[in-house]
Amino acid sequence: MAPILQLKGITKRFPGVLANDHIDLSLNKGEILALLGENGAGKTTLMNILYGLYQPDEGEILVADNKISINSPTDAINAGIGMVHQHFMLIPVFTVTENVMLGSEPVKAGGFLDRPKTASRVREISKQYKLEVDPDDYVKDLPVGVQQRVEIIKLLYRNAEILIFDEPTAVLTPQEADELFTIMKELTKQGKSIIFITHKLREVLEVADRIMVIRRGAVVGEADPKVANRNELAEMMVGRAVSLVVEKAVKKPGDVVLDVKDLLVTDIFHQVVVDHVSFDVHAGEVLGVAGVQGNGQTELVEVLTGLRKMLSGEVKFEDVNIANTSPRRITEIGSAHVPEDRQADGLVLPFPVAENLVLCTYYQEPFSKGIRLQFDKILENSEKLIQDFDIRTPSPLTPVGSLSGGNQQKVIIARELSRPIKLLVASQPTRGLDVGSIEYIHKRIVQKRDEGCAVLLVSPELDEIIELSDRIAVMYRGKMIAIVNAANVSKETLGLLMAGIVPENLEKETKESRIVETTF
Amino acid sequence: MKNPKNDKLDASKVVIQELTGEAQPHKKRRGFWKSIEIPFLAIFTGLVIGAILIAVTSETVYAAFATGFGKGLETALKEVGAAYWALFVGSIGDPARIVAALKGGNAVEIRTAVNPILESLVQSTPYIFAGLACALGFRAGLFNIGVEGQLFMGAAAATFVGYSITTLPAYIHMPLAFLAGALGGALWGMVPGLLKVWTGGNEVINCIMMNYIAYRVTTWLLTGPMTRPGTGGMPLSPIIQKTAEIPQFFQAPIRFHLGFFIALAFAALVWWILFKTTWGFNLRTVGNNPRASKYAGMSIAKTTILGMAASGALAGMAGGNEILAINRSMAIGLSSGYGFDSIALALLGNSHPVGVVFAALLFGILKNGATKMMVVSAIPIDIVTIIQALIIIFVAAPAIIRSIYRLRKPKEETAVGITLSSWGGGN
Repeated sequence: MAPILQLKGITKRFPGVLANDHIDLSLNKGEILALLGENGAGKTTLMNILYGLYQPDEGEILVADNKISINSPTDAINAGIGMVHQHFMLIPVFTVTENVMLGSEPVKAGGFLDRPKTASRVREISKQYKLEVDPDDYVKDLPVGVQQRVEIIKLLYRNAEILIFDEPTAVLTPQEADELFTIMKELTKQGKSIIFITHKLREVLEVADRIMVIRRGAVVGEADPKVANRNELAEMMVGRAVSLVVEKAVKKPGDVVLDVKDLLVTDIFHQVVVDHVSFDVHAGEVLGVAGVQGNGQTELVEVLTGLRKMLSGEVKFEDVNIANTSPRRITEIGSAHVPEDRQADGLVLPFPVAENLVLCTYYQEPFSKGIRLQFDKILENSEKLIQDFDIRTPSPLTPVGSLSGGNQQKVIIARELSRPIKLLVASQPTRGLDVGSIEYIHKRIVQKRDEGCAVLLVSPELDEIIELSDRIAVMYRGKMIAIVNAANVSKETLGLLMAGIVPENLEKETKESRIVETTF
Repeated sequence: MKNPKNDKLDASKVVIQELTGEAQPHKKRRGFWKSIEIPFLAIFTGLVIGAILIAVTSETVYAAFATGFGKGLETALKEVGAAYWALFVGSIGDPARIVAALKGGNAVEIRTAVNPILESLVQSTPYIFAGLACALGFRAGLFNIGVEGQLFMGAAAATFVGYSITTLPAYIHMPLAFLAGALGGALWGMVPGLLKVWTGGNEVINCIMMNYIAYRVTTWLLTGPMTRPGTGGMPLSPIIQKTAEIPQFFQAPIRFHLGFFIALAFAALVWWILFKTTWGFNLRTVGNNPRASKYAGMSIAKTTILGMAASGALAGMAGGNEILAINRSMAIGLSSGYGFDSIALALLGNSHPVGVVFAALLFGILKNGATKMMVVSAIPIDIVTIIQALIIIFVAAPAIIRSIYRLRKPKEETAVGITLSSWGGGN
């Protein structure tokens, strides 16, 4: 039987970049094809071509052996191709039914919307594919995992045969991700075909029927998930051997550097976002803060770095109270901050690398004298850091916005870690980065810990937290529902905690963690 | 990739980078031409369309076309040629006459021959100050549309100091009157800045309102407290003291004056502050990415207030300069829209002081030449206004120029390397 989808020799050039280089891809009916590649490898460009957002310079697309041209997402949907985006395209104040019918609303006589018709169709689809979505629920009341299923229903409602999932697990807890995989398998069992874009090796091995690896715009190989292992796949992705396990010596933590007691933070709507949180971070330890995005981690970090005011509680840096003080003061007493959103908070994109490297220290000696900036010193500093931190840039004067994501992050890491610091607050330091950069940044963070720096690591990536942390705190709906020792906690337990469920056996685990704590 | 070790950088390279690179962020060094490509082609295209307008609005051309196509085309070209030649002679000078004067060696004749270009520089001077005011605001992420009002308040302050103080020597009185102008503009500009910080009020709206207030306040001043005795309620101020005058270099009718060089000096100062000082770094960071500036520990509030004040000070200088160097007294029709043209100027000059100076020279030349063009070839002065407008449109919407000349799109759209926090709330 002919493949349901074939791409032949797809080539897409952007000025100076060959984004897709004669890519051939075929998708069989009823299979899950994983498209694995680093960021910037060309996965997204390829999928955007398939979804009609870009036109290929060369090559052709065949759906069920018929050559088609896709000039817009509408064409793609008509050809039976649908995409579940990383960021959902849902309207929170509408019901599931309303969201599903949006864009192709059925009408009754007189031009009235035919809600019941859509609702029953949604119910049908939900039942057929075991999606468990109630058409009458409001989207804003649904957990993220269910919202994603609404997105899937939207595609199925439009009779999509080929579903593209773009990094679908980024916003999910491990349990929700497992549920999604079950659904994906159910979908393919009933004849749908799936392209699954990801850079997470574990997921690929778990769910895919076939793996295709893309590097620098070209297909570098295929792998069979039954026999492939993570190291092989990582090597294919990056083009060299990668160590996925962070080597970390056992180390005795030192004194308390950051001490947070009973922290209460509200947002602009006076909703509690950080709910009476207490914890401490010792010198020479990494405290990982796990949790699904949006459970108060962002606000917690903002309070610790002076970007947000707290309502009550105590935040002490060594002996200094830093609650509700300015970011500059916190920086000056020896705290570094790797922000969650590097482009929005951490960098000024049009500024050259050299200037971004002194963003927090430009007003100090030796980078300025009085009000005069000392450009020779700023350049000297940048040349040193570019070398030390292996930042790939044509020159220190290149605008940082034209560097790759990994190198942009290295600029921030270089700036923050090159200062004499006692505390590092790193928020999602490897978000959206390729395996090579992740490896490098992990190494640097562990190195800082080994030098005796206290590290607070916030990340929704459980693997990252587990690999780097000495202790792990889990946040759920603003509360820190548990702080456990990283050495004796299972991934399943963490997953449950991230979903707000405190397992019964945790008692034992946390007790052990407390014992470890007291022996410091 | 260049090895940074072999690519030693010195101060002059940094300067060049800033002139060509930083003003055009997201671009790799693509040379000087790349950075002026769009403005240059915009001016060229504006002139071409202006030529078409001159041809199609001319009765003579229609009459010639009635006798035959060739004849019509010839007449059209002649008309356009005559108009643009008049524009050139009016703004730069008649080359033949300049050469003859230089050969003759008569000082008066030489001065008269080069007067058109000197007069263009005179016309450019307020544009430089006002353009710098707007550019500085843009760099701080502030849309100072209140330059016009600040200019009026600056002019009023300079005028007052200029005529009311009678006992000072010129070397103190003139700078004092000029600085009074700067202060008047700074205080007026600071108000929208303060309102933005204290109440979150949008500075664009508040600047426009401050303009209205400035018009009425100056009218009241000129008919009331600052009126010239014996004019019967005409809105006119007393004439400033001789000691407060910014000196003109030559005898009348040549008006070329020291103010032009003061304007250039301030352009250099603004460049130095923006790109060489911690304060400028702070300002540009706030303007480019307010969130990153907060993260880096900078005060957005302080930068907003000081940025508006500095921008207002430059606007006030534009007004003060016109009074002290040219008008010598204040009347209602002081500004012919310098404040609003300054927005276009800053855009044309990519909010870079050097760019602003060149844009101001262009505007000065066009304005000066237009008068001559009207006299010589009966082409309405409005054609020049249309040409100016077209140039601005092409600079503001570079996609048009790119599609006409089939230029490649830069990586990211950054015609002006700034973000405006008040526009659309995107940042």
